[in-house]
Amino acid sequence: MVGIRSYGGYVPRYRMNRMVVFGSMGWLNPANIMNAQGEKAVANFDEDAVTMASAAATDCIAGFDRESIGGVYFASTTASYKERLCANLISGSLATSEAVRTADFANGLKAGTTALIAALDAVAAGSANNVVVGAGDCRLGKMGSVQELMFGDGAAAMLVGDTDVIAEFKGAYSTGHDFVDHMRGAESKYDRQWEERWIRDIGFGQFLPEAITGLCEKLGMAPTDFTKVIYPCYYGGARKAINKKIGFEGEVVQDNMQAIIGDAGTAQSLMMLAKALEDAAPGDKLLVLSYGSGCDALAFEVTDAIKDLPKRRGISGCLARRAELDSYTKYMVWRRMCDPEMGLRGEEQKWTRWSLHWRWHKAMLGLIGSRCLACGTQQYPPQRVCVNPDCGAIDQMEPVIVSDKGGKVASFTSDMLAASTNPPAMYGSVNINGGGRYVFDFTDCTIDELAVGREVEFSFRVKMHDAVRDITNYFWKAVPVAEGVE
Amino acid sequence: MAEGIRDKVVVLGMGCTKFGERWEAGPEDLAVEAFTECLADAQIEKKDIQASWLGSHIDEINIGKGGNFLGLTLKLPLIPVTRTENFCASGTEAFRGACYGVASGAYDIALAFGVEKLKDTGYGGLPDSPAFGQVQAMIGPNATAPGMFAQIATAYSAKYNVPMDRIKEAMAHISWKSHQNGAKNPRAHLRKPIPIEQIMGAPMIAYPLGLFDCCGVSDGSSCAIVTTPEIASKIKPNDPQVKVKALQVAVSSGEEALYTKWDGAGMITTREAAKRAYAEAGIKNPREEISMMEVHDCFSITEFATMEDLGISAPGTAADDILAGFYDLDGQIPCQPDGGLKCFGHPIAASGLRMLFEMYNQLLGRWPEDRAVKDPKYGLTHNLGGVPNQNVCSIAIVGLD
Repeated sequence: MVGIRSYGGYVPRYRMNRMVVFGSMGWLNPANIMNAQGEKAVANFDEDAVTMASAAATDCIAGFDRESIGGVYFASTTASYKERLCANLISGSLATSEAVRTADFANGLKAGTTALIAALDAVAAGSANNVVVGAGDCRLGKMGSVQELMFGDGAAAMLVGDTDVIAEFKGAYSTGHDFVDHMRGAESKYDRQWEERWIRDIGFGQFLPEAITGLCEKLGMAPTDFTKVIYPCYYGGARKAINKKIGFEGEVVQDNMQAIIGDAGTAQSLMMLAKALEDAAPGDKLLVLSYGSGCDALAFEVTDAIKDLPKRRGISGCLARRAELDSYTKYMVWRRMCDPEMGLRGEEQKWTRWSLHWRWHKAMLGLIGSRCLACGTQQYPPQRVCVNPDCGAIDQMEPVIVSDKGGKVASFTSDMLAASTNPPAMYGSVNINGGGRYVFDFTDCTIDELAVGREVEFSFRVKMHDAVRDITNYFWKAVPVAEGVE
Repeated sequence: MAEGIRDKVVVLGMGCTKFGERWEAGPEDLAVEAFTECLADAQIEKKDIQASWLGSHIDEINIGKGGNFLGLTLKLPLIPVTRTENFCASGTEAFRGACYGVASGAYDIALAFGVEKLKDTGYGGLPDSPAFGQVQAMIGPNATAPGMFAQIATAYSAKYNVPMDRIKEAMAHISWKSHQNGAKNPRAHLRKPIPIEQIMGAPMIAYPLGLFDCCGVSDGSSCAIVTTPEIASKIKPNDPQVKVKALQVAVSSGEEALYTKWDGAGMITTREAAKRAYAEAGIKNPREEISMMEVHDCFSITEFATMEDLGISAPGTAADDILAGFYDLDGQIPCQPDGGLKCFGHPIAASGLRMLFEMYNQLLGRWPEDRAVKDPKYGLTHNLGGVPNQNVCSIAIVGLD
């Protein structure tokens, strides 16, 4: 049986009330008041599509054997690289084997489900098993645009395999249209869209029903056979029309979370699927659709195995970890929409030396340290000579993954001198659970949440962006574990 | 068994520039200024110097690499010049090199030099540089010196259960005291007494360090000419001799940064270097025998922790001694009688020799009464370079017979 074995979700901690955006930019486009309802999820200054997809994938594979992962697919239209496979960054952060099939899916918003179909097909064909599909997006509209209000940041991930599947794959149907409702040229930063009435009536209103019909005919099913229907479309009127046209009613239609997250591009359908799986019961029939440059339609049937899958953090867990972003200008700086003064200290050149990076890529991407075979001391970064002053054994090390171990704060500070787009820079010594210590940046917190002894978990983040060379570097930061929240 | 170099080397002369934002002076100007004073004090000629050690830390600006700067600037006659770079201990390392050169019998007279021109960076604080290599530059925290040292305070507070308010109070006293001393010193960079309230109310730089908990960055140079007691007796037959009693360096082993045993509340390198230095100098009870100190107050919390690391204040009690005035100029062991890094600023490699310059002149009773330490016998200097979890500590003890 081929299908989904596990799922994971990610929503960044920061949420911005759309009235904050409108309050800053409404003067330019007063009609946007219609769209200024609810809030949108905003990636932190050190997050992007890659880190969010990594976080969702980390959530997804919790409890699964990393060595069993045979593929890592990444879907996004906002990947940090055009040349450098971002799936390898995610695979690295998951510390999978490097004998793994990695691929990036891009450009169309349906790329998330296309990656999922590719994974399902690969497993069905027996050419790969346990393929992680991660999708993340962090799309930008111009200042004062509709898109700026409607888009949100987020990610989701699915583990596709042939055993213990929680949702059996029943089939897929796809369309491809050069229907340019949204586009970004190869050099462009911001989304550009055509008239919304056209997008609504022809795009969503016509293509989604066609894809549903296409899938149902292929599978010999009726649309009303499905107990949950998952499709993106943030036009309320269009959703009503589609539901009426096909016959979807009430609870059958999965909420698109537009009011609390926003449209997350390639990740949107998979985030909705992840959310649906949180509450799914055996026997549920799921219809998953994507939209953008065409449509993918997929059918799943939830199995008894879903009862055995330990609870994921999921979309709900992330939604519960929430902080208000009350500054539009901070959002602009974080998304590099403007050119703030970072001081001369911020202008110092930081080189990325790729041959060095290659020697250290497992330690950096996977947070892989070493454990001394002589005395058992775990340490990070990996050492040749054991750091235990009572041991000091040379070259008696085995690799050890510490990314999932978490730790405790040993000392901390918040630094106004360090150049940062999110000052103060917070960092401190963290005693890694199981042994070893390193000074990590803290993120997703304020100084008030830091204390000696506070539990932290590790999160894969953007470590540094070199604007001169357009290099985004990734490393792990420590996030205080919120009390009372999983 | 090695016994160290106690009493084998005499400081024959020293020089020290005014420290500060020396916009008008390059490193060459600073070096000539310090050297001219030093040569006159030593009562020798340039050609008598047989070897030199040159401390400088920052490569990105300042003097570049190698020993050539000193040879070229002072027109030294083809003698060896060895550049020493060991973070904030760079100046003391130059001194150690010169002293070992003399103590070993390799040279009769040697020159130790420290020079650092920092105020050409264009921004406050130390230059941002990959000080710990390229890997740490990629994965280490987005940190600055104040932030790394500030963590001593959070760790200390947790370990000894001393409230942060109490630590802040003691840190403020440290800075207040140094400003009191520095105000009297014409060579200091910052020469204004600062009221405690202003110190306590200053803007935060790196929690819990406020503006006045941080020393400034400045330009400066300091140097020493050292020789044997026999030669010193010939050159200056009627003068008391300031002898080197101990020179010790300890460098972090990785235990602090990567192993979980270190408490972060003080520097184990300082404790180790102090133990070795007291043994070399023959000092049994430092709290009773040390007359005065110049310690590495890059941040007030560093001085705070160092009082315990040097074995002067008992663990967990530094705040008590500090607030009781034990380390004030009129206290039992005056600490930073010249104003310290707090008032001199910290041209990295010049600082160690600047500290020795203060001890040397105090021992010789050369300072006016308002800033003179009474009848000193032993003076201790201490440098703590790098960051607390990855540091270089140097300790020098000089004294009269």
